[in-house]
Order: sequence, then C-alpha cells, then structure tokens
Amino acid sequence: MGAKLLAAALVAATPVGAAAQTPYANAGRDLAASCAICHGTSGVNAGGMPNLAGQPKDYLVLQLRDFRDGKRPATIMHQIAKGLTEEQIDAVAAFYAAQKTR
Amino acid sequence: MTNDFSRREFIKAIGASAAAAGTPGILSGCATEPATPPKPIGRVIVIGGGYGGATCAKYVRMWSARRIEVFLIEQNSQFVSCPLSNLVLGGSRRIEDLTLGYEKLREYGVQVIRDEATEILVERKRVRLKRIEDLPYDRLVVSPGIDFMYDQIPGLNNAEAQKLVLHAWKAGPETVALRKQLEAMPDGGIYILSIPKQPFRCPPGPYERVCQVAHYVKQAKPRSKVILLDANEDIVSKKGLFTAAWNDLYKGIIEYRPNQEAKDVDVKAMTVKTEFDSFKGDVLNVVPPHRAGLIAQQAKLVTANNRWCGVNWQTAESVAVPGVHVLGDSTLSASAMPKSASMANNHAKIAASAIVAIMTGQPVNPAPTINNTCYSYVSDREAMHVDSVHRWMPEKKALEPVPGSGGLSSQRSETEKQYADAWARNIWADTLS
Repeated sequence: MGAKLLAAALVAATPVGAAAQTPYANAGRDLAASCAICHGTSGVNAGGMPNLAGQPKDYLVLQLRDFRDGKRPATIMHQIAKGLTEEQIDAVAAFYAAQKTR
Repeated sequence: MTNDFSRREFIKAIGASAAAAGTPGILSGCATEPATPPKPIGRVIVIGGGYGGATCAKYVRMWSARRIEVFLIEQNSQFVSCPLSNLVLGGSRRIEDLTLGYEKLREYGVQVIRDEATEILVERKRVRLKRIEDLPYDRLVVSPGIDFMYDQIPGLNNAEAQKLVLHAWKAGPETVALRKQLEAMPDGGIYILSIPKQPFRCPPGPYERVCQVAHYVKQAKPRSKVILLDANEDIVSKKGLFTAAWNDLYKGIIEYRPNQEAKDVDVKAMTVKTEFDSFKGDVLNVVPPHRAGLIAQQAKLVTANNRWCGVNWQTAESVAVPGVHVLGDSTLSASAMPKSASMANNHAKIAASAIVAIMTGQPVNPAPTINNTCYSYVSDREAMHVDSVHRWMPEKKALEPVPGSGGLSSQRSETEKQYADAWARNIWADTLS
C-alpha cells in the first residue's frame, strides 16, 4: 500500500507544478479510478482480472484501441473502450504505466 | 474552512513526499506514515460507509496525500455487500463471504466512527451524532443509501409485520432471515417477490433474485413456484438475457407478472394485494418503494419528488446545499444511470476528486467520465453483465451516456461468472482497502 499511496501523491503533485495553463492534469488518475471497480485501485488487481499497474503505456493504448475498434475480442471491454476519447485512452494508459505493482 | 489553508503549505507537503520518492532508502516507511504528519488543510465528514461513503473516505485521503482529515460515520460495525447477496438466497455464498471490516480504511488515516448522524446543521457546518459530541466539517459527504416508504403498503407499516414479510433489499440480517424462510418453505410452496416501480436500487436485482431462489428450489423443493410481481410494465434490465435464463433453466418454476404493483399486504392471510388481484404465498418478499435515506431528508437535500437528492454531477455537490456532496442511491440519477454499487463507488470518486481540488485550490475535472458495470448471476455457474460509460458534457451541464458505448453480454456464460467474482473482489478492495 505504501508504494501505491506514494504514487498517488506523486500524481497529485503534478498539477501544482504544471500551473493553470494545462487543462486538467488528473484526467488519467480520475479515469483509472473508474476502472478500479474491476481492475483494482490504481490498476493493482485484487484477483481474477488483468493487472494494469506498471504495464507499458504503448501496450495499453494499443489494447484499448483494439477493444474499441473490435480487433481484440472481449465480453465487456469493447463496449467500455467505445466510451473513451483518444485523449482519455492516452491519459489513462500513461497513468497505469506510472503505477507500481504492489 | 475551519483551518486556514495555505496553498504553499500543500505544495511543500507534496514536494516533501515527492522528494522522498527519489530516496529509495526511506520510501517504504515514509509513504505509509510520514514522520511528521502534515498539518491538515481541512476536514471532510462522510456519513454512511457503504459503496459510496467508504470509497469517498479512502480516495479523499489518497488524493489529498493525507492532508485532508476524514471522518467516516457508520452505524454498523461491518460492511455487508448488497451485490452477491442474492447468492446467499441461492445457497452458493454465505453472508460471511460478503461481510467485510472497515479496519483497512484506518491505514489510510480515515477515522472510522461507529455512530449515527442524527442531524446536519448546515448553517453551522456541523454533524450531530447519537453517541458522541457533534463534529464540525469543511465539506460534507452524505451517502445514506435508501429508506423504504412503508406508508405505501399499509399492512407492512408496523414493526411486527416487517419481521414476517421481509425486503432483504439491504444485505445483512434480512438476507439470512429470508434464506431461512425459504429453507422452511414446504415443497410445493409459493415464494412471491414484489418490487416497486422504477427507480429502485439495483435494476437487475429482482430478476437475478428470482433466478437464485429458483436455483435453490429446483434442487431442494422442485414442486415449488417462484412468482415475481413487477410494478413495472416490463422487465427493466437485461430483459432478453433474463427471459432466456428463465426459459432455459427455470421453466415451470418462475412466473413473471408485469403491471402488478403491491398496494397492500395481509400478513395473516399471507397475501399481496395489487390493484385488481390478490396473490397468496408461503414466503412473501415485498420490496417497498424507496427514497433517499432519512438524514438526507432531514438536511433538506431532497429536491426531486420528495424522494431523491439532486446533485451537480460534475462534482456530486448538492444543488440545494452548497458544500455538501451526495452519493449513491440517494441521488436523483443522471440520465440512464442505475442505482448500483458500481455507480455509488464512482460517484464517490467524482466527489473525492472535486473535494480535493476545491480544498487545495486546484481546478476541478472539467469532464468526469465514469463507467457502470453490473453482473447478474443466474445460477451458481453462470452470469451476465450490463455496462455503460457516462461523461460530463460541459455544453449540456449533464452527465450522459457516451453514444455508442456500453452494452450487454451476448449471452450468459461461465466466463462471465468468473468476471463477476473478480468484479466483487476488486470493488470490495477498492472500496474498503
């Protein structure tokens, strides 16, 4: 849990330095929080689902695009990925890539 | 705010933990419990430790890097999950499997207080409690779940009747008691579930419940009947999937009766009365219409039909009382949003993100996006889902389903039963640990 909290603190720290020009710096963090109901807090899985924390960003972007475009078969992720914009896919993938597995 | 918040102080505290990250030697010890706890920048009180409240308490601590004090007020000593509680009726889970403690929230520094909030003094920003002195807050989160409108069913509007005819629509002792009633029912007995008009907690819940009860009687007392009296004109969730399950697995057991709103119950005669009919059963399971929890009514957070709390879905802040956020089943749902555990957990994150942003002088999320995922178990082996993605549309000032997203299982399956189990493990961990 320690690493996870620290990671959250680091992410939370980003917007302070980035100041007001950047639109919203926690988009990836907030979106990933929604995915946590199946994939675990900060992508650290509690059992039975793929672990997303620490996966390479490019890999995650590709998977989400493939789900969205119907290239990767799924029971549910193709339906959820269709709800994300390109910017959101990029932000959530970057967030997960920066997380530590427990 | 009660405490003078200094933006510089916050940056300093965050900066300190960021600096610690670059020093591997002190990483583990420091992150869990800082040597010198930073001065709090304010206090959030959360009323209600269900899927909404518990999640919000944890995420406010996490996202504020522990700079915001959080008190979680909950009457019960343990959390019992409503999702999966129909499996206790079906016999494939025990209530203990769905019962979890609050102790791991304390590791985040959430101060869990077992008490009951009796009054919210919005002018003075204080919460009055049953056992201890009242507490002041800077921002308040109200997540009380639902209350039942027993006045709509006169025969059930007394404590004695409510002991005989259960709702079991809040998981816990009633779930176990209903299972015992089913066990005591003779073979050839009739179980009747009556559900109210929409909106109610867990739209697929009634249809899953009759599957689970049918799953039990099919094995234990196969001459029995399971009747669903639906106040709605049709199945309100996963219609095709449930109809297929009823036909394939429980033909001759489940009987579905739409447009049958319970108007009264006679507990002596064991009948449910609807507008034109009367249904006699051996086990009656009557779920009355719901409204926002009592404390939300008391605090004048209820804004719609005398039942639900209107919120601004960008922040989950009440439209009636500034500084108060309302989560979960008590809220006036946004378009196509179900009253579900997934949604309550996600409302909590909308609120936590906004609360931390507001209290630290940061911009709030301009377009919160959340998803709903609800699994239903049709037996001990198979499940299916419904999901949706909802995004705040700034131009409409509304949280709406994203066009083209979301959907249903193509069919029920054992694979989705595994995913349903994993959903439960993960949402429990996300909410409570």
